[in-house]
Amino acid sequence: MNSAIVFIVAALAVALALGLRARRGKDMNLEQWTVGGRGFGALVIFLLMAGEIYTTFVFLGGSGYAYGKGGPAYYMLGYGSLCFVLSYWLLPPIWRYAKEQKLLSQPDFFAAKYNSPVLGVLVAIVGVVALIPYLVLQLKGLGIIINVASYSMISSTQGIWIGAVIVATYVFVSGIHGSAWTSVVKDVLVMFVAVFLGLYLPMHYYGGISQMFEAIEQAKPGFLALPGTGLSPTWLVSTVVLSTLGFYMWPHMFTATFAAKQEDALRRNAYVLPIYQLMLLFIFFVGFAAVLQVPGLTGSDIDLALFKISLKTFDPWFVGIVGAAGVLTALVPGSMILVTTSTLLANNVYRAILPQSDSARIGIVAKIMAPCVMLVAVYFTLGGNETIVSLLLMAYAFVTQLFPALTMSLLRNNPVTRSAAIISILVGEATVAWMTMTKSSVATLFPFLPPPLTDLNAGIVALILNVVTLAVVTLLTRDLPATGRQRLNEA
Amino acid sequence: MRPAHLLSLLPICGVLIGPFVFNRVYPFILGMPFLLGWLALSLVLTSVVMACIYFSDKAANAHKQTASEGASK
Repeated sequence: MNSAIVFIVAALAVALALGLRARRGKDMNLEQWTVGGRGFGALVIFLLMAGEIYTTFVFLGGSGYAYGKGGPAYYMLGYGSLCFVLSYWLLPPIWRYAKEQKLLSQPDFFAAKYNSPVLGVLVAIVGVVALIPYLVLQLKGLGIIINVASYSMISSTQGIWIGAVIVATYVFVSGIHGSAWTSVVKDVLVMFVAVFLGLYLPMHYYGGISQMFEAIEQAKPGFLALPGTGLSPTWLVSTVVLSTLGFYMWPHMFTATFAAKQEDALRRNAYVLPIYQLMLLFIFFVGFAAVLQVPGLTGSDIDLALFKISLKTFDPWFVGIVGAAGVLTALVPGSMILVTTSTLLANNVYRAILPQSDSARIGIVAKIMAPCVMLVAVYFTLGGNETIVSLLLMAYAFVTQLFPALTMSLLRNNPVTRSAAIISILVGEATVAWMTMTKSSVATLFPFLPPPLTDLNAGIVALILNVVTLAVVTLLTRDLPATGRQRLNEA
Repeated sequence: MRPAHLLSLLPICGVLIGPFVFNRVYPFILGMPFLLGWLALSLVLTSVVMACIYFSDKAANAHKQTASEGASK
């Protein structure tokens, strides 16, 4: 038993205790369980949205990608800028419509805008399919953190199971209230750990940040810029565009938007949140510091970079603190994702199939779904061998397919028909699924394209097909009533 | 769409065009490789630009409100 494991166990215990305690004094009906009875103030909403930035994705994936790929990791800064520019114009109309129509979830929004319950079910299923890899990556991170920070006393598989049981338990009992409490502790701890590591490690090993980059450039020329082919500028820019469009298409981001008290808070976030995003720089510094200090990690092991260098540098008790911060970055978003997924399944799929079920029953179904979804995620976590960033990029490709139909629905006179919206989303998702399974890229699909274009993020292909389908089916189905009438007249 | 909104084109161009033009390591910006420093500055610029847009919209709305109140008197 060393001092690191004490901190890890303490973090797990605190998360579980806060999560269970959050239930006190509340009657846990569905509304309390999923949206906290819509009683969250502006500060909590801000933290829930900002907390999206501080997940294991950034903590391990961001540093790991900087360590393993170098320059291409910068894409995270790019979409961090653009998604907030987009949010200024995108979120207020979504919020206003949701308030007017008293909507609860993302599928509700699509179903209401297109007046189509079928579209609602489809959007719910897309959300669930995208959220599962997102949950898988949190669990994967959790397994790594518990394994490394316990100095291998607990295996990664055991770590995944322990984390999964804790999250499933407190989500089952307290729903979103469990997440709100722990997220405040998490943000403070993570910010401290990230800034400290990002400044201390370059100082300690190289004597400063520019000295560190100088040393890396000497050892690996060009590593700090983008390669000419592959993960080239074309790749970076297309990935930034996809991630920007996808950022607010996550079901849990919709929920956070709906929960805002006034639209002013959403606009204000557009200039506050980019500053929060600067924390990524420190995370990159950690990954780059590891490049020359703990070389040799390849494949999905690049996600270990932050912890390997911490182990090499610090006493066990401090590794324990880093580990505790890491555990929280996985547990809190993990629980948010779990609440959202279970609610989508119960409220937007189960209810659509059995419309006579009452709210009490939906509430019970949602709670039962939570451990089931968690089991599915554990299954994929133990079987998969992807890096954290590649998992997230795939999930983003799924949610981004909702963007065209959503944006069109915000127009004053939306020309898009119901069937066009449904078919275009299906085409987009099918393309993403097929490309993921066959591991195809733009280069393998369209070998005749000139070199810079073959580096486009594969998700762009699906998005283009999606938009084309949207336009074509709209033209076809819009003309139907008119030509029908014409035929009647002619007859 | 108000003229101030056009400011948002600055960070958008910075992020979408910058990587093609500035895909280089030297000179360092604030101790960082050029492209990383460029994108970090774009992020700060995003915050500044969005703050300008936010407050100019807010002022315009307040002005409109007082104007319509004045008209109704």
